Amino acid sequence: MSNANSFAPAAVAISGLRKSFGINEVLKGIDLNVQPGEVIAIIGKSGSGKSTLLRCINGLETFQHGRLTVQGHALDYSDPSAMRALRQQVGMIFQSFNLFPHLTVGKNIQLAPGLVKQLSVTETETKARQLLARVGLSEKYDAFPDQLSGGQQQRVAIARALAMSPGILLCDEITSALDPELVGEVLAVVESLAKEGMTLLMVTHEMNFARKVSNRVIFMHQGLVHEQGTPDMLFTNPKTPELQQFLSSLH
Amino acid sequence: MVEFSLWDIVSNLLLAARWTIVLSLIAFVGGGFVGVALLIARTTHSRSLQYAVALYVQVFQGTPLLMQLFLAYFGMAILGVETSAWTAAAVSLTLYSSAFLTEIWHGCVKSIGKGQWEAAQSLALNFWEQLRYVIFPQAARIAVAPTVGFLVQVVKGTALASVIGFVELTKAGTMITNATFKPFVVYSCVAVMYFLICYPISLYARSLEGKFYVQR
Repeated sequence: MSNANSFAPAAVAISGLRKSFGINEVLKGIDLNVQPGEVIAIIGKSGSGKSTLLRCINGLETFQHGRLTVQGHALDYSDPSAMRALRQQVGMIFQSFNLFPHLTVGKNIQLAPGLVKQLSVTETETKARQLLARVGLSEKYDAFPDQLSGGQQQRVAIARALAMSPGILLCDEITSALDPELVGEVLAVVESLAKEGMTLLMVTHEMNFARKVSNRVIFMHQGLVHEQGTPDMLFTNPKTPELQQFLSSLH
Repeated sequence: MVEFSLWDIVSNLLLAARWTIVLSLIAFVGGGFVGVALLIARTTHSRSLQYAVALYVQVFQGTPLLMQLFLAYFGMAILGVETSAWTAAAVSLTLYSSAFLTEIWHGCVKSIGKGQWEAAQSLALNFWEQLRYVIFPQAARIAVAPTVGFLVQVVKGTALASVIGFVELTKAGTMITNATFKPFVVYSCVAVMYFLICYPISLYARSLEGKFYVQR
Protein backbone atom coordinates (compact mmCIF):
# COMPACT_ATOMS: atom_id res chain seq x y z
CA MET A 1 0.00 0.00 0.00
CA SER A 2 1.57 3.22 -1.06
CA ASN A 3 -1.48 5.28 -1.90
CA ALA A 4 -1.81 6.58 1.66
CA ASN A 5 -1.43 10.29 2.23
CA SER A 6 1.93 10.77 3.89
CA PHE A 7 0.60 13.61 6.05
CA ALA A 8 -2.22 11.59 7.55
CA PRO A 9 -1.24 9.80 10.75
CA ALA A 10 -1.10 6.04 10.57
CA ALA A 11 -4.41 4.40 11.43
CA VAL A 12 -2.56 2.27 13.93
CA ALA A 13 1.09 2.57 14.88
CA ILE A 14 2.64 0.03 17.19
CA SER A 15 6.24 0.00 18.31
CA GLY A 16 8.10 -2.28 20.67
CA LEU A 17 4.88 -3.68 22.12
CA ARG A 18 5.39 -6.34 24.78
CA LYS A 19 2.67 -8.11 26.67
CA SER A 20 2.87 -10.82 29.32
CA PHE A 21 0.29 -12.90 31.09
CA GLY A 22 2.09 -13.48 34.38
CA ILE A 23 5.52 -14.81 33.49
CA ASN A 24 4.39 -15.92 30.06
CA GLU A 25 5.35 -13.31 27.47
CA VAL A 26 2.93 -13.58 24.55
CA LEU A 27 3.94 -10.49 22.56
CA LYS A 28 7.67 -9.97 22.42
CA GLY A 29 8.14 -6.63 20.75
CA ILE A 30 5.69 -5.95 17.95
CA ASP A 31 6.29 -3.18 15.43
CA LEU A 32 3.48 -2.50 13.03
CA ASN A 33 2.15 0.45 11.09
CA VAL A 34 -1.25 0.35 9.48
CA GLN A 35 -2.18 2.99 6.91
CA PRO A 36 -5.76 4.23 6.59
CA GLY A 37 -7.69 2.00 4.21
CA GLU A 38 -5.29 -0.87 4.53
CA VAL A 39 -6.71 -4.38 4.90
CA ILE A 40 -4.47 -6.59 6.97
CA ALA A 41 -4.85 -10.28 7.59
CA ILE A 42 -3.03 -11.69 10.59
CA ILE A 43 -2.33 -15.38 10.40
CA GLY A 44 -0.42 -17.82 12.54
CA LYS A 45 -0.75 -20.80 14.82
CA SER A 46 -2.95 -20.57 17.91
CA GLY A 47 -0.90 -19.20 20.76
CA SER A 48 1.21 -17.06 18.46
CA GLY A 49 -0.34 -13.91 19.97
CA LYS A 50 -2.46 -12.74 17.06
CA SER A 51 -5.71 -12.31 19.00
CA THR A 52 -3.87 -10.68 21.88
CA LEU A 53 -2.30 -8.18 19.51
CA LEU A 54 -5.71 -7.32 18.11
CA ARG A 55 -7.16 -6.92 21.60
CA CYS A 56 -4.36 -4.57 22.59
CA ILE A 57 -5.38 -2.15 19.86
CA ASN A 58 -8.71 -1.25 21.49
CA GLY A 59 -7.49 -1.70 25.02
CA LEU A 60 -9.21 -4.96 25.91
CA GLU A 61 -5.76 -6.17 26.92
CA THR A 62 -3.20 -4.03 28.67
CA PHE A 63 0.42 -4.23 27.61
CA GLN A 64 3.51 -3.64 29.70
CA HIS A 65 5.98 -2.10 27.26
CA GLY A 66 5.91 -0.23 24.02
CA ARG A 67 3.72 2.33 22.40
CA LEU A 68 0.47 2.11 20.53
CA THR A 69 -1.24 5.01 18.82
CA VAL A 70 -4.53 5.05 16.98
CA GLN A 71 -4.91 7.88 14.46
CA GLY A 72 -2.10 9.69 16.19
CA HIS A 73 -3.53 9.41 19.71
CA ALA A 74 -1.58 7.30 22.18
CA LEU A 75 -3.52 4.63 24.01
CA ASP A 76 -3.70 5.45 27.70
CA TYR A 77 -5.64 3.13 30.02
CA SER A 78 -5.52 5.57 32.91
CA ASP A 79 -7.55 8.16 31.03
CA PRO A 80 -11.17 6.97 30.65
CA SER A 81 -12.19 9.80 28.33
CA ALA A 82 -9.25 9.14 26.02
CA MET A 83 -10.16 5.43 25.99
CA ARG A 84 -13.75 6.34 25.18
CA ALA A 85 -12.60 8.49 22.26
CA LEU A 86 -10.26 5.77 21.03
CA ARG A 87 -12.87 3.03 21.19
CA GLN A 88 -15.29 5.10 19.15
CA GLN A 89 -12.72 4.94 16.38
CA VAL A 90 -11.98 1.25 16.74
CA GLY A 91 -14.80 -1.22 16.27
CA MET A 92 -14.40 -4.86 17.17
CA ILE A 93 -16.14 -8.03 16.07
CA PHE A 94 -15.74 -11.21 18.07
CA GLN A 95 -15.61 -14.89 17.33
CA SER A 96 -18.61 -15.50 19.60
CA PHE A 97 -20.65 -12.48 18.31
CA ASN A 98 -21.38 -11.19 21.84
CA LEU A 99 -24.68 -9.61 20.93
CA PHE A 100 -26.65 -8.40 23.95
CA PRO A 101 -29.23 -11.18 24.37
CA HIS A 102 -31.70 -9.05 26.34
CA LEU A 103 -32.05 -6.47 23.57
CA THR A 104 -33.61 -6.71 20.12
CA VAL A 105 -31.39 -6.50 17.07
CA GLY A 106 -32.42 -2.88 16.58
CA LYS A 107 -31.65 -1.96 20.20
CA ASN A 108 -28.32 -3.77 20.03
CA ILE A 109 -27.30 -1.47 17.22
CA GLN A 110 -28.81 1.68 18.73
CA LEU A 111 -27.44 1.34 22.25
CA ALA A 112 -23.92 2.69 21.87
CA PRO A 113 -24.63 5.57 19.43
CA GLY A 114 -27.42 6.73 21.73
CA LEU A 115 -25.29 6.62 24.87
CA VAL A 116 -21.85 7.54 23.62
CA LYS A 117 -22.56 9.83 20.70
CA GLN A 118 -25.81 11.03 22.29
CA LEU A 119 -27.73 10.80 19.05
CA SER A 120 -31.52 11.00 19.21
CA VAL A 121 -33.64 7.86 18.99
CA THR A 122 -34.83 8.87 15.50
CA GLU A 123 -31.25 9.23 14.31
CA THR A 124 -30.08 5.95 15.81
CA GLU A 125 -33.11 4.12 14.48
CA THR A 126 -32.63 5.40 10.95
CA LYS A 127 -29.00 4.43 11.10
CA ALA A 128 -29.76 1.00 12.57
CA ARG A 129 -32.24 0.28 9.77
CA GLN A 130 -29.75 1.43 7.13
CA LEU A 131 -27.02 -0.76 8.53
CA LEU A 132 -29.30 -3.77 8.81
CA ALA A 133 -30.26 -3.33 5.18
CA ARG A 134 -26.60 -3.13 4.33
CA VAL A 135 -25.87 -6.50 5.96
CA GLY A 136 -29.03 -7.95 4.41
CA LEU A 137 -31.12 -8.27 7.57
CA SER A 138 -33.74 -5.50 7.26
CA GLU A 139 -36.57 -7.74 8.41
CA LYS A 140 -34.77 -8.71 11.63
CA TYR A 141 -34.98 -5.31 13.31
CA ASP A 142 -37.34 -6.52 16.06
CA ALA A 143 -35.91 -10.02 16.43
CA PHE A 144 -33.91 -11.12 19.46
CA PRO A 145 -30.39 -12.48 18.93
CA ASP A 146 -31.31 -16.03 19.93
CA GLN A 147 -33.82 -16.14 17.08
CA LEU A 148 -31.05 -15.69 14.52
CA SER A 149 -28.56 -18.09 12.99
CA GLY A 150 -24.88 -17.67 13.78
CA GLY A 151 -24.21 -16.01 10.46
CA GLN A 152 -27.06 -13.58 10.98
CA GLN A 153 -25.89 -12.80 14.51
CA GLN A 154 -22.41 -12.05 13.25
CA ARG A 155 -23.79 -9.74 10.58
CA VAL A 156 -25.77 -7.91 13.26
CA ALA A 157 -22.55 -7.64 15.27
CA ILE A 158 -20.90 -6.03 12.26
CA ALA A 159 -23.80 -3.59 11.90
CA ARG A 160 -23.55 -2.80 15.62
CA ALA A 161 -19.85 -2.01 15.30
CA LEU A 162 -20.44 0.11 12.18
CA ALA A 163 -23.13 2.14 13.98
CA MET A 164 -20.34 3.92 15.86
CA SER A 165 -18.81 4.95 12.51
CA PRO A 166 -15.37 3.62 13.41
CA GLY A 167 -12.35 4.34 11.25
CA ILE A 168 -10.83 0.95 12.02
CA LEU A 169 -12.44 -2.43 12.39
CA LEU A 170 -10.87 -5.34 14.25
CA CYS A 171 -12.13 -8.81 13.36
CA ASP A 172 -11.12 -11.56 15.74
CA GLU A 173 -11.66 -14.92 14.00
CA ILE A 174 -15.16 -13.84 13.17
CA THR A 175 -16.06 -16.94 11.19
CA SER A 176 -14.48 -19.57 13.43
CA ALA A 177 -17.67 -20.24 15.40
CA LEU A 178 -19.84 -20.52 12.30
CA ASP A 179 -21.11 -23.55 10.43
CA PRO A 180 -19.27 -23.79 7.11
CA GLU A 181 -22.34 -22.87 5.04
CA LEU A 182 -22.73 -19.60 6.98
CA VAL A 183 -19.15 -18.38 6.58
CA GLY A 184 -19.72 -16.96 3.11
CA GLU A 185 -22.47 -14.50 4.06
CA VAL A 186 -20.28 -12.95 6.77
CA LEU A 187 -17.16 -12.76 4.62
CA ALA A 188 -19.18 -11.10 1.85
CA VAL A 189 -20.03 -8.26 4.23
CA VAL A 190 -16.40 -7.90 5.31
CA GLU A 191 -15.28 -7.90 1.70
CA SER A 192 -17.69 -5.10 0.84
CA LEU A 193 -16.32 -3.09 3.78
CA ALA A 194 -12.79 -3.61 2.51
CA LYS A 195 -13.81 -2.38 -0.93
CA GLU A 196 -15.29 0.76 0.58
CA GLY A 197 -11.97 1.64 2.12
CA MET A 198 -12.49 0.62 5.74
CA THR A 199 -9.25 0.00 7.61
CA LEU A 200 -9.45 -3.64 8.60
CA LEU A 201 -7.30 -5.80 10.79
CA MET A 202 -8.47 -9.35 10.86
CA VAL A 203 -7.22 -12.44 12.55
CA THR A 204 -8.39 -15.23 10.33
CA HIS A 205 -8.03 -18.87 9.43
CA GLU A 206 -9.72 -18.35 6.08
CA MET A 207 -6.60 -18.28 3.93
CA ASN A 208 -8.43 -17.96 0.66
CA PHE A 209 -10.32 -15.00 1.98
CA ALA A 210 -7.14 -13.42 3.36
CA ARG A 211 -5.50 -13.84 0.01
CA LYS A 212 -8.40 -12.39 -1.90
CA VAL A 213 -9.21 -9.37 0.25
CA SER A 214 -6.14 -8.23 2.11
CA ASN A 215 -3.40 -5.82 0.99
CA ARG A 216 -0.93 -7.22 3.46
CA VAL A 217 -0.60 -10.47 5.33
CA ILE A 218 1.19 -10.72 8.64
CA PHE A 219 2.44 -14.05 9.84
CA MET A 220 2.91 -14.18 13.59
CA HIS A 221 5.07 -16.74 15.28
CA GLN A 222 5.93 -16.99 18.97
CA GLY A 223 4.86 -13.47 19.80
CA LEU A 224 6.61 -11.72 16.94
CA VAL A 225 5.79 -10.58 13.42
CA HIS A 226 7.75 -13.30 11.72
CA GLU A 227 7.09 -12.49 8.11
CA GLN A 228 4.92 -10.01 6.27
CA GLY A 229 4.14 -8.89 2.77
CA THR A 230 1.52 -8.93 0.05
CA PRO A 231 -0.72 -12.00 -0.04
CA ASP A 232 0.93 -13.21 -3.22
CA MET A 233 4.40 -12.96 -1.73
CA LEU A 234 3.49 -14.79 1.44
CA PHE A 235 1.29 -17.50 0.07
CA THR A 236 3.19 -18.37 -3.10
CA ASN A 237 6.68 -17.65 -1.94
CA PRO A 238 7.01 -17.98 1.84
CA LYS A 239 10.56 -17.22 2.92
CA THR A 240 10.83 -18.52 6.45
CA PRO A 241 10.64 -22.23 7.25
CA GLU A 242 8.04 -21.51 9.96
CA LEU A 243 5.62 -19.95 7.47
CA GLN A 244 6.27 -22.73 4.97
CA GLN A 245 5.47 -25.25 7.65
CA PHE A 246 2.37 -23.35 8.76
CA LEU A 247 1.02 -23.10 5.23
CA SER A 248 1.69 -26.74 4.44
CA SER A 249 -0.01 -27.79 7.67
CA LEU A 250 -3.23 -26.23 6.39
CA HIS A 251 -3.50 -28.59 3.48
CA MET B 1 -59.36 -16.25 85.84
CA VAL B 2 -60.09 -14.77 82.44
CA GLU B 3 -60.77 -17.29 79.66
CA PHE B 4 -59.17 -16.60 76.25
CA SER B 5 -60.92 -17.85 73.14
CA LEU B 6 -58.97 -19.02 70.11
CA TRP B 7 -60.13 -15.88 68.33
CA ASP B 8 -58.58 -13.72 71.08
CA ILE B 9 -55.27 -15.45 70.49
CA VAL B 10 -55.44 -15.33 66.69
CA SER B 11 -56.60 -11.72 66.48
CA ASN B 12 -53.77 -10.54 68.73
CA LEU B 13 -51.26 -12.57 66.76
CA LEU B 14 -52.58 -11.10 63.51
CA LEU B 15 -52.02 -7.61 64.87
CA ALA B 16 -48.45 -8.54 65.75
CA ALA B 17 -47.93 -10.24 62.36
CA ARG B 18 -48.22 -6.80 60.75
CA TRP B 19 -44.97 -5.86 62.44
CA THR B 20 -43.28 -9.00 61.19
CA ILE B 21 -44.29 -8.02 57.68
CA VAL B 22 -43.27 -4.39 58.10
CA LEU B 23 -39.89 -5.33 59.57
CA SER B 24 -39.34 -7.87 56.77
CA LEU B 25 -40.10 -5.25 54.14
CA ILE B 26 -37.82 -2.69 55.73
CA ALA B 27 -35.00 -5.23 55.97
CA PHE B 28 -35.57 -6.42 52.44
CA VAL B 29 -35.89 -3.02 50.77
CA GLY B 30 -33.13 -1.44 52.89
CA GLY B 31 -30.95 -4.49 52.36
CA GLY B 32 -31.65 -4.23 48.65
CA PHE B 33 -30.41 -0.64 48.45
CA VAL B 34 -27.31 -1.30 50.53
CA GLY B 35 -26.81 -4.54 48.59
CA VAL B 36 -26.81 -2.75 45.23
CA ALA B 37 -24.30 -0.19 46.51
CA LEU B 38 -22.05 -3.01 47.77
CA LEU B 39 -22.49 -4.89 44.51
CA ILE B 40 -21.34 -1.88 42.49
CA ALA B 41 -18.36 -1.42 44.82
CA ARG B 42 -17.49 -5.08 44.37
CA THR B 43 -17.85 -4.97 40.59
CA THR B 44 -15.47 -2.03 40.14
CA HIS B 45 -11.86 -2.73 39.34
CA SER B 46 -10.68 -1.36 42.69
CA ARG B 47 -9.05 -4.17 44.65
CA SER B 48 -9.45 -2.47 48.02
CA LEU B 49 -13.19 -1.98 47.48
CA GLN B 50 -13.57 -5.61 46.42
CA TYR B 51 -11.80 -6.82 49.56
CA ALA B 52 -13.75 -4.46 51.80
CA VAL B 53 -17.07 -5.78 50.49
CA ALA B 54 -15.90 -9.39 50.67
CA LEU B 55 -14.92 -8.85 54.31
CA TYR B 56 -18.29 -7.23 55.07
CA VAL B 57 -20.11 -10.18 53.55
CA GLN B 58 -17.98 -12.68 55.48
CA VAL B 59 -18.57 -10.90 58.79
CA PHE B 60 -22.34 -10.93 58.39
CA GLN B 61 -22.50 -14.44 56.98
CA GLY B 62 -20.08 -15.79 59.56
CA THR B 63 -21.79 -14.55 62.71
CA PRO B 64 -25.27 -15.44 64.02
CA LEU B 65 -27.99 -12.92 63.29
CA LEU B 66 -28.82 -13.09 67.00
CA MET B 67 -25.36 -11.71 67.88
CA GLN B 68 -25.77 -8.98 65.28
CA LEU B 69 -29.06 -7.98 66.90
CA PHE B 70 -27.51 -7.93 70.37
CA LEU B 71 -24.55 -5.93 69.16
CA ALA B 72 -26.77 -3.43 67.39
CA TYR B 73 -29.07 -3.07 70.38
CA PHE B 74 -26.57 -2.97 73.23
CA GLY B 75 -23.53 -1.81 71.26
CA MET B 76 -25.16 1.32 69.93
CA ALA B 77 -26.31 2.18 73.45
CA ILE B 78 -22.70 1.95 74.68
CA LEU B 79 -21.67 4.30 71.90
CA GLY B 80 -24.16 6.77 73.32
CA VAL B 81 -26.77 6.37 70.59
CA GLU B 82 -30.21 5.89 72.07
CA THR B 83 -31.62 2.87 70.24
CA SER B 84 -35.12 1.52 70.36
CA ALA B 85 -35.74 -2.15 69.65
CA TRP B 86 -37.26 -0.91 66.39
CA THR B 87 -34.16 0.80 65.06
CA ALA B 88 -31.81 -1.89 66.30
CA ALA B 89 -33.88 -4.60 64.61
CA ALA B 90 -34.32 -2.61 61.41
CA VAL B 91 -30.63 -1.70 61.16
CA SER B 92 -29.23 -5.14 61.88
CA LEU B 93 -31.70 -6.95 59.62
CA THR B 94 -30.97 -4.47 56.84
CA LEU B 95 -27.24 -5.04 57.12
CA TYR B 96 -27.74 -8.80 57.36
CA SER B 97 -29.94 -8.82 54.23
CA SER B 98 -27.56 -6.57 52.33
CA ALA B 99 -24.68 -8.98 52.90
CA PHE B 100 -26.63 -11.96 51.60
CA LEU B 101 -28.27 -10.09 48.73
CA THR B 102 -24.98 -8.66 47.51
CA GLU B 103 -23.50 -12.15 47.57
CA ILE B 104 -26.43 -13.59 45.60
CA TRP B 105 -26.31 -10.77 43.05
CA HIS B 106 -22.56 -10.89 42.75
CA GLY B 107 -22.90 -14.52 41.72
CA CYS B 108 -25.43 -13.49 39.08
CA VAL B 109 -23.16 -10.74 37.72
CA LYS B 110 -20.26 -13.22 37.65
CA SER B 111 -22.31 -15.59 35.56
CA ILE B 112 -22.60 -13.06 32.73
CA GLY B 113 -19.95 -13.96 30.17
CA LYS B 114 -16.78 -11.95 29.76
CA GLY B 115 -17.75 -11.42 26.13
CA GLN B 116 -20.64 -9.18 27.16
CA TRP B 117 -18.30 -6.87 29.06
CA GLU B 118 -15.85 -6.86 26.18
CA ALA B 119 -18.52 -6.10 23.60
CA ALA B 120 -19.79 -3.21 25.74
CA GLN B 121 -16.25 -1.89 26.23
CA SER B 122 -15.51 -2.14 22.53
CA LEU B 123 -18.57 -0.01 21.85
CA ALA B 124 -17.00 2.71 24.03
CA LEU B 125 -19.53 2.41 26.84
CA ASN B 126 -18.11 3.59 30.15
CA PHE B 127 -18.19 1.47 33.29
CA TRP B 128 -21.61 2.76 34.44
CA GLU B 129 -23.16 2.26 31.05
CA GLN B 130 -21.74 -1.25 30.85
CA LEU B 131 -23.36 -2.09 34.20
CA ARG B 132 -26.59 -0.24 33.66
CA TYR B 133 -27.45 -1.28 30.11
CA VAL B 134 -25.63 -4.56 29.49
CA ILE B 135 -24.70 -6.44 32.66
CA PHE B 136 -27.39 -5.63 35.24
CA PRO B 137 -30.39 -6.27 32.99
CA GLN B 138 -29.06 -9.74 32.22
CA ALA B 139 -27.99 -10.46 35.80
CA ALA B 140 -31.38 -9.28 37.10
CA ARG B 141 -33.18 -11.98 35.15
CA ILE B 142 -31.11 -14.65 36.82
CA ALA B 143 -31.33 -12.96 40.20
CA VAL B 144 -35.11 -12.71 40.52
CA ALA B 145 -35.81 -16.25 41.72
CA PRO B 146 -33.02 -16.55 44.36
CA THR B 147 -33.75 -13.02 45.57
CA VAL B 148 -37.42 -13.74 46.19
CA GLY B 149 -36.35 -17.02 47.80
CA PHE B 150 -34.10 -15.10 50.19
CA LEU B 151 -37.09 -13.00 51.28
CA VAL B 152 -38.34 -16.13 53.07
CA GLN B 153 -35.12 -16.19 55.10
CA VAL B 154 -35.61 -12.56 56.04
CA VAL B 155 -39.19 -13.14 57.21
CA LYS B 156 -38.05 -15.99 59.45
CA GLY B 157 -35.05 -13.97 60.57
CA THR B 158 -37.31 -11.28 61.99
CA ALA B 159 -38.38 -13.77 64.68
CA LEU B 160 -35.02 -13.18 66.35
CA ALA B 161 -35.89 -9.53 66.88
CA SER B 162 -38.15 -10.77 69.69
CA VAL B 163 -35.11 -11.28 71.94
CA ILE B 164 -34.38 -7.56 72.05
CA GLY B 165 -37.97 -6.85 72.94
CA PHE B 166 -39.36 -5.97 69.55
CA VAL B 167 -43.00 -7.03 69.53
CA GLU B 168 -43.57 -8.95 66.33
CA LEU B 169 -45.20 -12.31 65.77
CA THR B 170 -42.88 -14.45 67.92
CA LYS B 171 -42.68 -11.97 70.79
CA ALA B 172 -46.47 -11.58 70.76
CA GLY B 173 -46.73 -15.37 70.90
CA THR B 174 -44.55 -15.46 74.01
CA MET B 175 -46.55 -12.70 75.67
CA ILE B 176 -49.88 -14.36 74.90
CA THR B 177 -48.56 -17.69 76.19
CA ASN B 178 -47.63 -16.00 79.45
CA ALA B 179 -51.21 -14.79 79.79
CA THR B 180 -53.08 -17.85 78.56
CA PHE B 181 -50.83 -20.74 79.64
CA LYS B 182 -51.57 -22.44 76.31
CA PRO B 183 -48.11 -22.60 74.69
CA PHE B 184 -48.95 -25.37 72.24
CA VAL B 185 -52.03 -23.66 70.85
CA VAL B 186 -50.36 -20.26 70.67
CA TYR B 187 -47.09 -21.38 69.07
CA SER B 188 -49.00 -23.54 66.61
CA CYS B 189 -50.88 -20.45 65.54
CA VAL B 190 -47.60 -18.54 65.30
CA ALA B 191 -46.07 -21.26 63.13
CA VAL B 192 -49.11 -21.34 60.87
CA MET B 193 -48.88 -17.60 60.37
CA TYR B 194 -45.21 -17.73 59.42
CA PHE B 195 -46.09 -20.49 57.03
CA LEU B 196 -48.90 -18.47 55.51
CA ILE B 197 -46.52 -15.57 54.93
CA CYS B 198 -43.61 -17.65 53.62
CA TYR B 199 -45.28 -20.32 51.54
CA PRO B 200 -46.78 -18.00 48.90
CA ILE B 201 -43.37 -16.33 48.57
CA SER B 202 -41.72 -19.70 48.01
CA LEU B 203 -44.33 -20.63 45.43
CA TYR B 204 -43.81 -17.32 43.69
CA ALA B 205 -40.04 -17.80 43.67
CA ARG B 206 -40.46 -21.23 42.16
CA SER B 207 -42.81 -19.99 39.44
CA LEU B 208 -40.34 -17.21 38.59
CA GLU B 209 -37.55 -19.76 38.35
CA GLY B 210 -39.57 -21.73 35.82
CA LYS B 211 -40.42 -18.61 33.85
CA PHE B 212 -36.88 -17.32 33.56
CA TYR B 213 -35.46 -20.76 32.94
CA VAL B 214 -37.59 -21.09 29.82
CA GLN B 215 -36.53 -17.67 28.57
CA ARG B 216 -32.88 -18.55 28.76
